[in-house]
Amino acid sequence: MKKVIVMSELDNVATALESIDLGEGISVDIFGRGWELKAKAPIPFGHKIAIRPIKKGENVIKYGEVIGVATEDIDIGDWVHVHNVASLRGRGDLIEKERRG
Amino acid sequence: MTLWGYIRPDGSVGIRNHVLVISSVVCANEVTSSISNSVPGTVYVVHNEGCGQLGIDYEQTLRTLIGFGRNPNVASVLVIGLGCEKLDPRVLADGISSSGKRVEVLVIQEEGGTIKAKEKGIKIAEELVSEAYKMKREPIDLSSIVLALECGGSDATSGIAANPAMGFVSDYVVKAGGTSILSETPEFIGAEHILAKRAISEEVARKVFEIVERAEKSALAMGVDLRGTQPTRGNIEGGITTIEEKSLGCIYKAGKSPIQGVVEYAEPPKGKGLWIMDTPGHDVQSITGMVAGGAQVVLFSTGRGTPVGCPIAPVIKITGNPMTYEKMRDNIDINAGTIILGLETIEDVGLRILEELFLVINGKMTKAEALGHREFAITRIGPTM
Repeated sequence: MKKVIVMSELDNVATALESIDLGEGISVDIFGRGWELKAKAPIPFGHKIAIRPIKKGENVIKYGEVIGVATEDIDIGDWVHVHNVASLRGRGDLIEKERRG
Repeated sequence: MTLWGYIRPDGSVGIRNHVLVISSVVCANEVTSSISNSVPGTVYVVHNEGCGQLGIDYEQTLRTLIGFGRNPNVASVLVIGLGCEKLDPRVLADGISSSGKRVEVLVIQEEGGTIKAKEKGIKIAEELVSEAYKMKREPIDLSSIVLALECGGSDATSGIAANPAMGFVSDYVVKAGGTSILSETPEFIGAEHILAKRAISEEVARKVFEIVERAEKSALAMGVDLRGTQPTRGNIEGGITTIEEKSLGCIYKAGKSPIQGVVEYAEPPKGKGLWIMDTPGHDVQSITGMVAGGAQVVLFSTGRGTPVGCPIAPVIKITGNPMTYEKMRDNIDINAGTIILGLETIEDVGLRILEELFLVINGKMTKAEALGHREFAITRIGPTM
């Protein structure tokens, strides 16, 4: 079983402590409450994997805090990164887009 | 372990005894580095500023250079100026010499050019070095240490392993009566509410929100996605997705201590304990600001690996990434990757960093020092005129 770490019990993502291949089994331990899941994508070392389903528009939580918003529906076992999460802060590009209409 | 340092005329404590050759303006850089390279026992600082700067931008450059000269790791200073620049080398020298240490000034135009200035500068520098070699280390207390906290080339392991271990050390130094500086304001974005809760007063909390808002607004004003630069390309490859995630990992390096106040770039903390300095996320500019503010030693965590050092303060490199440690052993002092591998706890590694810190205070060279890494950069506010 490959290892991941969950930083807070509020989190909906875990961080891979080793590289995980597509379909590999992962054991998740949230402060003593554990379960197993399968990776739905290759997860590079240090990258995040969803441990709960996250709907499009819902917050992504790590360290018990909001790290961004899901830009599409994310399933348990999905790779969670810049392709499906957007930052909510410092988005001058959004203001610029609004200004241009 | 007994700690040993150099007690300066103003009562501050140095852990190094550098003779610093410093240029007041970009035009004096060649003469400055040339003199220093000819005199073993000196270090030099050169930079691109000192002329064509306005108002607070000029004042910040002057404050940074004075702060470097005043830093307790510096025994004495030779200032090199050109002669017509905005930043008067004598004003710089006066700002440094009020600390009680010896400061000499050499002005290239007054000496009659590069060759004459170099000849005279080498003689002065040699004299300063022979004086500095007579100074002896004395027993010192950890409470006289000002720690700079930095992270650079972060990846997912920084927030999980290296920064929490560094936070243990910062809390230890603060509890012992020392001082610690957390910097890199853009890397508080998304974590400022946590820092504000740790502020000792409403006013300090408000100041934390204020500097973060200022940093975020400057990105918004440029009409760009902050993600173009924060997190960096390397951060993203290392698993950090957003600035919020980077920030939440970053602030672990300041442990759990209460925040005493917020100071400007290169401004010394106004007391003991944990302080915030408003600096950019740019590692070299941030370290330069904290060392100008009086930090004698830098703890620097890195996930991706970085060689960066400082001309006058030892930089202790810590990585939380076991693969980076193996790849860049020449540059990294502490392997905190053992936390990721489940071999050590955060506290185990914290104690190892603390032991290394004590050794470095007492004179052990860090990897960055041994390799000659002496990066220096002053952050700019306004345009060049």
